[in-house]
Amino acid sequence: MSADLADIAARLAARAEPGEHIEVAVGRGVSTTVKAYGGQVESFTSAESFGVGVRVLVERDGGMAQGFAHAGTFDPEVLDETLRDARDNAGFAEPDPWQALAEPDGVAAVHQELWDERLAAFPTERKVELALELERATKAWSPKVKGVRVASYGDSAGEFALASTSGIRSAGRATSAWLSVSCMAGDESETHMGYGVDVCREPGGLDLAAVATEAADQAVRLIGAQQVPSQRLTLVLEPKLAATVLAIIGSMLCGDAVVKGRTPFADRLGQSIASPLLTLVDDPTDARSMGADTFDGEGLACRRNVLIDGGELRGFLHNSYTARRAGARSTASAVRGSRSLPGVGPQALAVAPGERTYEELLASVDNGSLVQSMSGLHSGVNTTSGDFSVGAEGLMIRNGALAEPVREVTIASTLPRLLLDLVAVGSEIEWLPGGSGSAALVFGEVALSGS
Amino acid sequence: MLDPDLIRRTLDVALQRGADFAEVFVEDVRSSSAALDDGRIEELVSGRDRGAGIRVVVGDTTGFAHTADLSDRGLLETARVAAAAARDGSGGVRRVTVGPAAAQHAAAIAVDPATVGKAAKVALLQRSDHAARAAHGAVSQVAARYGDVRRRVLIANSDGVFVGDDLTKTSFSVSVVAKGDAGLQTGRQSVGRVAGFELFDRYDVEELARGAAERAVRKLDARPAPSGTMAVVIAGGSGGVLFHEACGHGLEADLVNKGASVFAGRQGELVASPLVTLIDDGTLAGEWGYFGYDDEGHPAGRNVLIERGVLTEFMYDHLRARDDKRRGTGNGRRQSYRHLPMVRMTNTYINGGSDDPADIIAGTEQGVYVAQLGGGQVNTASGDFVFGMTEAYLIEGGEITEPLRDGNLIGNGPAALAAIDAVGSDFSMGYPGTCGKDGQGVPVGMGTPTLRVPQLTVGGTAS
Repeated sequence: MSADLADIAARLAARAEPGEHIEVAVGRGVSTTVKAYGGQVESFTSAESFGVGVRVLVERDGGMAQGFAHAGTFDPEVLDETLRDARDNAGFAEPDPWQALAEPDGVAAVHQELWDERLAAFPTERKVELALELERATKAWSPKVKGVRVASYGDSAGEFALASTSGIRSAGRATSAWLSVSCMAGDESETHMGYGVDVCREPGGLDLAAVATEAADQAVRLIGAQQVPSQRLTLVLEPKLAATVLAIIGSMLCGDAVVKGRTPFADRLGQSIASPLLTLVDDPTDARSMGADTFDGEGLACRRNVLIDGGELRGFLHNSYTARRAGARSTASAVRGSRSLPGVGPQALAVAPGERTYEELLASVDNGSLVQSMSGLHSGVNTTSGDFSVGAEGLMIRNGALAEPVREVTIASTLPRLLLDLVAVGSEIEWLPGGSGSAALVFGEVALSGS
Repeated sequence: MLDPDLIRRTLDVALQRGADFAEVFVEDVRSSSAALDDGRIEELVSGRDRGAGIRVVVGDTTGFAHTADLSDRGLLETARVAAAAARDGSGGVRRVTVGPAAAQHAAAIAVDPATVGKAAKVALLQRSDHAARAAHGAVSQVAARYGDVRRRVLIANSDGVFVGDDLTKTSFSVSVVAKGDAGLQTGRQSVGRVAGFELFDRYDVEELARGAAERAVRKLDARPAPSGTMAVVIAGGSGGVLFHEACGHGLEADLVNKGASVFAGRQGELVASPLVTLIDDGTLAGEWGYFGYDDEGHPAGRNVLIERGVLTEFMYDHLRARDDKRRGTGNGRRQSYRHLPMVRMTNTYINGGSDDPADIIAGTEQGVYVAQLGGGQVNTASGDFVFGMTEAYLIEGGEITEPLRDGNLIGNGPAALAAIDAVGSDFSMGYPGTCGKDGQGVPVGMGTPTLRVPQLTVGGTAS
C-alpha cells in the first residue's frame, strides 16, 4: 500500500516546471470508533480518509513565493486541480529570501517501529466489548460515580508519504489504539467530571482498569469541592497536566515564534530562563512517546533536541524555513498533516526526571494545592506576552497530606515566572496521547484567586 | 450535487438489513485563504474536500461510515459498512421515497469570493498591515488572515427529508504584537459573516487593524489584573461567550439527557435573573452560525431557551428529539461529512434590556470592565466556567480607569446567571467564534448587551 502513496507523491512532484520546486505530502488512514453508553453501543464509526497537500515554490525576485493547495481525495482530476491551485497561489504570494524546500541533510534516520500488525488482527467484537467494559468498570469503581457520559474505544492505521524536487523521499506508517472515558460523580446537589485515557500501538496494550480509575478518581475526589480564599501557595501539577503545560512552553521555543518576535524567549539563547531543576528535551527517537517518529513533516530524520538544560536555554526547534531564517540548522521539527503546510512543533517533549516520587513531593508541601485539571488553557494563556491565567480544580495539601477538594479558583502567573518558580520535579514520567511527557512538577508561591 | 436515484438506492442499501433510520449526508467544500505575517504575504492556500457520511440507526445504536468516493460503488459500499456497523436489526426491508429534487436553501451573497481575484484579497492584508504599523511606533509584528469557504450539503434520510444548503462565508482577522519596556502584548480583531466579498463594504480592514494595534499598545502599560471576587461589567457584543459557556452548553439535550448538565430536570424553573432572556437562533441571516437547514436537514430554528429567567427549552438534534418524542429545534450540526452530528448551538444571544450602559458603569463602585472577551470553557456538569479577558480595565468609583493585563474570569453558570443585576439596551453581536465539543468545531455567533455580574472571580496576579 505505501508503494502507491509514495508513487502518487513522486509522480505529482515530477510535474514541476522549470523554476518550480514542488513538495507533495499524501496520507491515507482507516479508523474505527466505538462509543458505549447505557450498556449499549451508542455509535460505531468506520472510516477511511485521504489527504494530499501540494506545495509549489517559484523563484522570483531573489526569493521563493509559496503556494499551497490540499484535497481530501486522490481522484486524478482533483489532484490536477490541486496542483493547478497551488501553482496559481504561488503567483500571488510574496517572494521570501528564506523560503525553500528542505534538503536532505545527511542525518541518519533512527527507524521507529510505529506499526503493530496485532491491530489488524484484533476482532471487531473485542473492540465493542472493550468500550462496554470500560463503561461498566468506570461505574463500578465507586457508588459515587453517577454516570458515564461516554466510554470510547478507537483505533487508526495510517500511512504517509512525502516526495519533493529537492530529493526528499520519505514514507511511514503507524497504528494506534485508545480508550477514553468521561464520567460524572456526586450527589443530588453537585456533579463533577473526570476523564481518563490510554493510548498504545495496539489494543492488547491498553490498560482499561487504569483508564476507569483515572476518570472515576478524578470525579469522586472533587465531591464537596469549595472555593478557597485568594492566597499564594505551593502548586503541585499532576504529571499529565504538567506535560500539557510544558507543551505550551515548548510552543514558545519554536522557530516560527522566535524569528517573528512572538515569544518572550526569542533573545534569551544561552541564558538561564528556568530553575536549574528543569531540563527539557524533545526527542522523537524516544520510543516511549506516542509522538516518536522516524521522519519529520519535511522528510528529515527525527533527532534529539535539547531545549533547556539545567535551566539554561540551549536551543529552539526549527523546520527548514525557520532554521534558514534564524541562521541555524533544521532540528527536524516540521509538524504537519497531509492537508496543511509544515509548521514547527515539539513531537516528544519531555522533562528530565528528578529524584523524588510523587508521594514524597506531596509530603514535602506544608500549604499548597494539587491541581488535577485546568480550564481555559486556550483562552487564558498568551504565549506572546507570557501571561498565564487559568481555572483550576484539585485538592488542597496541608502538612504534607491531601486535604479538601477545591474548585472555581484561578491560578495566575506568567510562563517565564512559572519556569523560575519550579522547586521540584518528580521521578516518574507519564506520557500524554499527544506525545509529551512529564513527572509531577512543584511550583513555589503561585497566586491563586478564590473568594 | 448527486442524482436523487443514487441517493434513494444508497438509503435502500443502508436499510436493507433492517434499521430504524438511515441518512446520507453529502458535502462539498471549497476554501481559499491568504495569510500575511511579518510584512509578507506568506501563505495562499486552496482546499477542496468532498465526501459523504452515511448513518444507520438500529435501536439505540448508530452505525456510521464515510467516504470521499461519491461514485455509485463508493456510496453503496459505504452504506453497507454503516448498516453492518449498526448491527443486525429485526425489521424487514423498507422502501424509501426521495423526492425528485432536494428542497434547496442558499444564502444570498452579493459578490461571490470565487469571482474576486486573489490580488484583491492579498491587497486587503497589505492594507491592514500598513495601517497597524502606522498606528503606533510600538507595533512590532502584524499577522492578518483572509478566508472564504463555500460549503454545499445535501441531506436525505429515511423519514423523507431531502434538502440542500449552500453557504458562503468570508472572514478576516488581524493580530498585532506591540513591544514595550515590560515585554510584548497582543491585540486582535476578527470579523466574519455568511456573506461574500461584500463583507468589506461593511468592515474597513484598516480600521480593524488600527483597533487591534491600539488594543496591544494600551496593554503595554497595563497593570496586572486584580485577583479575587468582584463586580464585572461586560461590554456589549463579545460578552456572548459568557452565556455560550455559562449556560448554552448545559442546555444541549445530549448532555442534559446523560445527566451531564446542571440544568437537567430544571425546565420551568427560574434559573437566571429575570433580566435574562437567552435565545439560540440559527435563522439570523448573515451571522456566523446561520444556515437554512441544520446538518440533519431540519430547518434552522429560533429557540427561546431562557425567558425572563425561566428555563423554557433545551436544544435538540434529530435522535435526541426522536427519543424524547418531540419536535427538533434545528441544532443538529457536524464539523464535516467525517463526523456524526450532535446538539450544537448556532447564534446564541441575550436580548437587550433597559439599562443605559453608561449608568451600569457609573453604578459600579469597584470592579472590572471587560471590553473584549477571548475564548472560554465550561464544565457542564458542575457549571463552572472560565473565559479570557483580552481587553479589560479597572472600574474605580464608577469610572473606567486603568487598562489591565490579560487574565481569566471564573464563575459558576447558574450562580452567575442568577446574579446578573443590570442588562443594557445596547445589544450587538460579537466576533465570529468556533465552538469545540467532543473534538468537533463548528462556527457559532454570540451576542449580548452590556451587563453586570456583581460577583465573578478575576484571576489576576495583583494582590
